[in-house]
Amino acid sequence: MHGRFTTLHAWLLALPAMVLLVLFTHYPIVVTLFDSFMSTPKKHRPSHFVGLDNYAAMAGDPVFWKALTNNLIYAGATIPISIALALLMALIVNGRIPGRPLMRMAFFTPTVLPMVAVANIWLFFFNPNYGAIDQLLQLVGLTAPNFLGQQQTALWCVIVVAIWKEAGFFMIFYLAALQTIPPDLVEAAAIEGAGRWQILRRVVLPLLMPTTLFVLINAVINAFRTVDHIFVLTGGGPDNATNVLLYQIYLVGFSFWDQGYAAALTMVLLAGLGAAALLQFFFLDRRVHYR
Amino acid sequence: MTCLTASRRLFVGALGAFCALGLSTGVARADVEIRFFYPIAVNGPLTKIIDGYAQEFEASHPGIKVKPIYTGDYVQTVAKALTAVKGGDAPECAIMLAADLYTLTDEDVVVPIEDLATTPEDKAWLNGFYPAYLENARVNGKIVAAPFQRSTPVLYWNKAAFKAAGLDPDKAPANWAEMMDFAKKLTKKDASGNVSQWGIQIPTNGNGAWLWTGLTTANDVKLINAEGNKTFFNDPKAVEALDYLVGLSTAGVQPKGLTDWGATPKDFLEGKIAMMWHTTGSLTNVRSNAKFPFGVGFLPAKAHWGAPTGGGNFYIFKGLSPEKQKATFEFVKFMTTPERAADWSIKTGYVAPSPAAWETKAMKDYVAEVPQAAVARDQLQYAVSEVTAHDNQRVTKALNDAIGAAMTGSKTPKAALDDAQKEADRILKDYR
Repeated sequence: MHGRFTTLHAWLLALPAMVLLVLFTHYPIVVTLFDSFMSTPKKHRPSHFVGLDNYAAMAGDPVFWKALTNNLIYAGATIPISIALALLMALIVNGRIPGRPLMRMAFFTPTVLPMVAVANIWLFFFNPNYGAIDQLLQLVGLTAPNFLGQQQTALWCVIVVAIWKEAGFFMIFYLAALQTIPPDLVEAAAIEGAGRWQILRRVVLPLLMPTTLFVLINAVINAFRTVDHIFVLTGGGPDNATNVLLYQIYLVGFSFWDQGYAAALTMVLLAGLGAAALLQFFFLDRRVHYR
Repeated sequence: MTCLTASRRLFVGALGAFCALGLSTGVARADVEIRFFYPIAVNGPLTKIIDGYAQEFEASHPGIKVKPIYTGDYVQTVAKALTAVKGGDAPECAIMLAADLYTLTDEDVVVPIEDLATTPEDKAWLNGFYPAYLENARVNGKIVAAPFQRSTPVLYWNKAAFKAAGLDPDKAPANWAEMMDFAKKLTKKDASGNVSQWGIQIPTNGNGAWLWTGLTTANDVKLINAEGNKTFFNDPKAVEALDYLVGLSTAGVQPKGLTDWGATPKDFLEGKIAMMWHTTGSLTNVRSNAKFPFGVGFLPAKAHWGAPTGGGNFYIFKGLSPEKQKATFEFVKFMTTPERAADWSIKTGYVAPSPAAWETKAMKDYVAEVPQAAVARDQLQYAVSEVTAHDNQRVTKALNDAIGAAMTGSKTPKAALDDAQKEADRILKDYR
């Protein structure tokens, strides 16, 4: 009797969260999946079943492939670099150095700024005529290239902004984790004759692995989710050089109003992120804990 | 157990809050409320001005409340409006791109304003707008939208830079050859070959297709038919226009690659570019911030003068009660009266959309003080509507991508426009 009551109690407690999750996450996913097999309703032609037509259109759409490639480059660059930078910054501000609070604040500032504001600041950093980078280059007699206006550099500019924005956020997690590492472990290693590099590699980094996994999951999600700055910096241009999946979904869904195709694109993004999450939870999670 | 009661209390509390919310929305039903979505696309404290107009309207129309809702830029505004319509919560009216005409009629969400103009005065009001502005307000011969904040690109030039380069500071380049020639003289390089002042900038990141229409129109080619379902992007004359635009960069008188729409007025004000193509909507910004004398002129001619129109029209949504529809129509008329159109034009730089507005005293005084303001009006007689297609955002993006590809050198102008035409044909075949 008591057991059944506890079960009921547990379910009741979980109910609000479950209702919200089902209502705002699971149900929309199912509807989107359904929509991806339907045509977009038009004035005189209601939505009808088209099978895999939307997916076939996607396979033949060069803009989709361009956006996917860009997104993979974007993820491939932002994830490792922002994590490495975050770790480095955390190690720096975890040590006893003068001006530590000031440095922590400086590293963390980009995180608290809204992405659109950040992008507007960088827009003027990148300006080829009087931007900050141009003025620095002028000191040594060079002029800045048209960073955002040419295909070779535009995507990298967008990546730099994302890293700058994200590294500080991840630093906070590393900093918190570093402070939970018992000092006696480090001292013990030092007594055993381990150098600083060895302590870092053999003691600190393994103990940080759960944090790294958490940060990695967030970084992967962000690499496919953060597009605010693209709106401000390039609008996906020049000629789709900075177009990524989510931006393309926005365009197709809310600028072109092609609901069926947007739903199909969304399913592809969801499937990719779902696969990444499964891999992380079921494969990496077993390996990160220090035994 | 205590846990349970706590959560139950929370639930009851939440229920109460919902009821209260329902009640509060139920209270304000005495007045007719008009929700009005509007975008802001030029600089300045425009929200305050719009709120002021709404208050004036409320004062002179008791029983009607106007709620202006700022909805971002044009693309966001149409996105929000269409989302609201699909969610069953459409606003009563909105200012949206004139070029989104077919998008809105294809979605079947707007009422043709001509259907609401029943009295002779209403009809006179509707026919009082400039024909160039009504060109892309009509579907099947019927006026759907009322012109409000309309614009057209013009050429701004820095008179001080002209003088320094030995050019007549009061004379804008009259044609393409002259613009290229002037731009060459105006481009300044330092000893190591770095450019300190560019001759010209026609921004292509944002509104690139719009400005390029200024070149194609002058070169005597129409980019699209009146039905909005057939484009002529790769017409040889259109290719020539893109060749010219790219040529400005290869000649070294315009920055290479794409230049940003939003940053261009600042580039001009900083003296980094001697001539720019930009909307008349930037006139007030340039006028209040330029530290040098500047001129405003027509876009240079090729076969003849030419420019596109742009900007936003008033649209009234479908499915309103007759009472609301009437109130909304009154509001739209109120906003486009000559006095208000003149005031809006003076405060923003948009081109007042009716000849009557230019006859008001306020406007005449303004033109006497700022003769540059009249340039855009005079250019209107050579203007055509910008690309206004079915599925317009998609067709325009294909064109912008083509311009981006050509400007960054990844495709030749011909190849880029061929691709854009192919894409436009694919999109528009369902509308023929």
